[in-house]
Amino acid sequence: MSAVEDVVTESPAVEAVPKRAMTLGYGTSLVVLAALIIIPLLVKNFIIFQMTMLLIYGLAVLALNILTGGSGQFSLGQSAFYAVGAYTSAILMEHAGMNYALTLPIAGIICFAFGFLFGQPALRLSGVYLALATFALATAMPQLLKLGYFEYWTGGVQGLVVTKPDAPFGLPMGQDMWLYYFTLVVTIAIYIASVNLLRSRSGRAFMAIRDNEIAASAMGVDVALYKTLAFGVSAGITGVAGGLGAIAVQFVAPDGYTITLAISLFLGMVVGGVGWLPGSIVGSAFIIFVPNIAEGISKGLSGAVFGVLLFLVIFLVPHGARQVAIIAQQLVAKLKKN
Amino acid sequence: MELFANQILAGIATGAIYACMALAVVMIYQAIDHLNFAQGEMAMFSTFVSWQLMQWGVPYWGAFVLTVAFSFAAGIAIERLLFKPLAKAPVLTNVAGFIALYAIINSVAGLIWDFTIKQYPTPFGSSPFLGSQLISTHQAGMIGITLLMLLLLFFFFRFTRVGLAMRAAASLPESARLVGINTSWMIALGWGMAAAIGSVAGMMIAPVVFLEPNMMLGVLIYGFAAAVLGGLSSPFGAVMGGFLVGIFENLVGTYIPGVGNELKLPIALALIIIVLVVKPAGLFGRAIVKRV
Amino acid sequence: MLSTLRIAAASAAVIAFAATSTAAFAQKKYDTGATDAEIKIGNIMPYSGPASAYGVIGKTEEAYFKMINDQGGINGRKVTFITYDDAYSPPKAVEQVRKLVESDEVLAVFNPLGTPSNTAIQKYLNAKKIPQLFVATGATKWNDPKNFPWTIGWQPSYQSEAQIYAKWLMKEKPGAKVAILYQNDDFGKDYLKGTKDGFGAKAASSIIMEESYEVSEPSIDGHIVKIKAANPDVLLIYATPKFAAQTIKKTAELGWKPLQIVTNVSISVGSVMQPAGFENAQGLLSAAYAKDGTDPQWAGDPGMKKWAAFVDKYMPGADKTDNGVVYGYGAAQTLAKVLEMCGNDLTRANLMKQAASLKDFTPDTLLPGVKINTSATDFAPIAQLQMQRFKGQKWELFGEIISGDVPSE
Repeated sequence: MSAVEDVVTESPAVEAVPKRAMTLGYGTSLVVLAALIIIPLLVKNFIIFQMTMLLIYGLAVLALNILTGGSGQFSLGQSAFYAVGAYTSAILMEHAGMNYALTLPIAGIICFAFGFLFGQPALRLSGVYLALATFALATAMPQLLKLGYFEYWTGGVQGLVVTKPDAPFGLPMGQDMWLYYFTLVVTIAIYIASVNLLRSRSGRAFMAIRDNEIAASAMGVDVALYKTLAFGVSAGITGVAGGLGAIAVQFVAPDGYTITLAISLFLGMVVGGVGWLPGSIVGSAFIIFVPNIAEGISKGLSGAVFGVLLFLVIFLVPHGARQVAIIAQQLVAKLKKN
Repeated sequence: MELFANQILAGIATGAIYACMALAVVMIYQAIDHLNFAQGEMAMFSTFVSWQLMQWGVPYWGAFVLTVAFSFAAGIAIERLLFKPLAKAPVLTNVAGFIALYAIINSVAGLIWDFTIKQYPTPFGSSPFLGSQLISTHQAGMIGITLLMLLLLFFFFRFTRVGLAMRAAASLPESARLVGINTSWMIALGWGMAAAIGSVAGMMIAPVVFLEPNMMLGVLIYGFAAAVLGGLSSPFGAVMGGFLVGIFENLVGTYIPGVGNELKLPIALALIIIVLVVKPAGLFGRAIVKRV
Repeated sequence: MLSTLRIAAASAAVIAFAATSTAAFAQKKYDTGATDAEIKIGNIMPYSGPASAYGVIGKTEEAYFKMINDQGGINGRKVTFITYDDAYSPPKAVEQVRKLVESDEVLAVFNPLGTPSNTAIQKYLNAKKIPQLFVATGATKWNDPKNFPWTIGWQPSYQSEAQIYAKWLMKEKPGAKVAILYQNDDFGKDYLKGTKDGFGAKAASSIIMEESYEVSEPSIDGHIVKIKAANPDVLLIYATPKFAAQTIKKTAELGWKPLQIVTNVSISVGSVMQPAGFENAQGLLSAAYAKDGTDPQWAGDPGMKKWAAFVDKYMPGADKTDNGVVYGYGAAQTLAKVLEMCGNDLTRANLMKQAASLKDFTPDTLLPGVKINTSATDFAPIAQLQMQRFKGQKWELFGEIISGDVPSE
């Protein structure tokens, strides 16, 4: 069938982002942090809950960003890791009576191992093939969760109800507010760790692989190790997010972790800007709030309105929130000059 | 033994559904080098259009031809309006665009035609084929149409100027431009053809699974799997992939004790991944040589 | 002893007096979400996502309360019906219900759809003492007033329906070999459990095959071929409409004629039997509690005439073959009745009390003889079904109305 010699010069799926540009400046970071700390004191519980979910999905998007933006591997299977994390926390809390905070590192470690193992066969796959493999993982996960053999632990199709923790040490705050601040601390810790990871030797190895795998291996980067490591780290963070999600929602069930979740997280990454870590929170806001806006505009056509809004965003800023940030930066610089 | 033979026959019948869809998947991959997540929804919408035409009294084959023409035009229009502006945007942004398109088509179809299932006619009838009750005349007709489309595609890509130009544009866009091929229009043409093939797939599948806005959700997953298994660069491979996946999942569901039935899709997908690990370009695809 | 009795009697008299006085002096009592002018009711539905087919229920309920408001409202108050999309995702359901309660400040959450979504919000609503009224799922766990006094079901439970089938089979077809095709989720598993419970000790010997399918499968032909190979006498089809229609059609294509029983979720004449082919559906059995909007036998029925007039006026263009339109109408009518019974005491406690005091209430859309009854210990409003057989182009009811309450565990 081939008349033309079939040589593919593949341009990298993800364009290079210099590592400096992957984070925010100190000033901006402090403003965002201050807002995240103060706003919950002023709003209703329901908004606090939404903000908690914002941070949790933000973490999951960040994890995908490390994988795709950092090491250039594409995944449509993040919902699977999120589900494993959520179930790990839920099962440890409800069956073993473990403290919620202790379940999170365990969820993270289990997911890290899971991701690392999954990264092994994924090594041989790239582009659409990797997309299909991860997609397969995401479609398989809900079916695994409701499998009869695990029903005693997972609750099968009925899922598991999780108890929401009270604030410790008699702190005078509600469950929602406590969980929010708890999530905030975890999120900030993971964010700082991720930034440092990408600035470290490993981070440079990830990015070398992303930009040119063959060149990276010629320079002596252990491509196989770093690629699987990127999968492991990404899965581990997603697992912690899943655990937090289970505690916040107080319920885990197979229907909560379908391919739709994986697609949402993917959209969050694109809207936030691939490879730009602070964009994760913007992407997370997009996937939480835009469906609500779409529904407000038209109930019957909420899906269509969501699609149109998404098109608008990618038409205006194909590089996501990162592009907005760059434009803003240039504007500020211009103003300073004048 | 009889069960085994029956399951293989039933697998071929179901596999025809996947093969049909996989052909459309390969077509778009040849033109744009991505998988289009909205492919199934476009096919579903086309099928609804043909259904509507028949409701208005157009005879089956008339509706068939009109729908294929409409889908071809709509495919080109979608590319010109929505994806040409994104040509310079990153690949992942384009994927987000496919997802947006998916959401729009699904929601609009639901609003216009509701979510209740509708009966869709078949021109081939549904009596047993050659005395076997496992394959109906409709399914045999569907296999025939799929093979016919395969043949047409083969000749198109192999022997027509446009077909050759399209392949050149997809695999080596810069060189293709240098020899005077309008690569941008080649992509649009690819969208049109993929939409047209998808519409045929939709019209063949609908009599089996019933027509409704979510009818393609599962079909598309299997269509992707089939296309990837057979090799995304080979229409023949895609069709074979479709039949193999159909047979695969039936045998898994029947013969793996305990979990086979509940996990037949995951097991089938895992097998495909194993195949890919061994043969990364799929069973019938050509190996991709990477240039440094 | 005597004195305690006397006190009890006295306090009973006081309560009785208080009760009459509320009615007599129309003393108004309100909780959040109710005022002199308005009653706010919240609802969540999957308007988008994989279960968007059910969104029509929410739209019907919205239209129903528009009709009520046009007719002057309930006891002079307008009903504000606020409905949000949960995309059939438990986390989204929690978010939307919290928005309804904390931001929109509704009096109660009514008819939220889906077992996973309802399970996700049940604990929250019960902790806040907000009524979770007439949930749109047939799981048995909603009938549990002791542990969840703020949650009440509506439709007959899947398990009780399945038990009816099992008991009917044991009586009418003793010794028959039974195969079950079920959807691998909470819905299908509940039917499976109900069937096994119904067969009791005979379950192991009667049920020769349990075959599950996933909603994501495009076609279930392979399962039918597998079931046919086991050669059962009876096929129980615990499937949603699309798959039920596929099954009915496929068995006919295979030239196989077992006795088939289909769940009442998939008995619509217009959207299951017709697509599957009337000739293929002959002799099919099921059990029903509501009338079918597309069954010609109800064309002259006064209740269904009211329903049709409502659809024509308030939902122009709606698909009358969609079961969801009948369902939403019946559920909304039940809520309207309860709100009316509340009178001027629109507190959450009274709303719950009235919801649990329905006596022989019959919405327009229920089968003749099927009545809604609730009490402080019975939170399963519709518990009656009648067997029916498909003949020609309609269902023929037969046998008595069967009550099938299954206590929650």
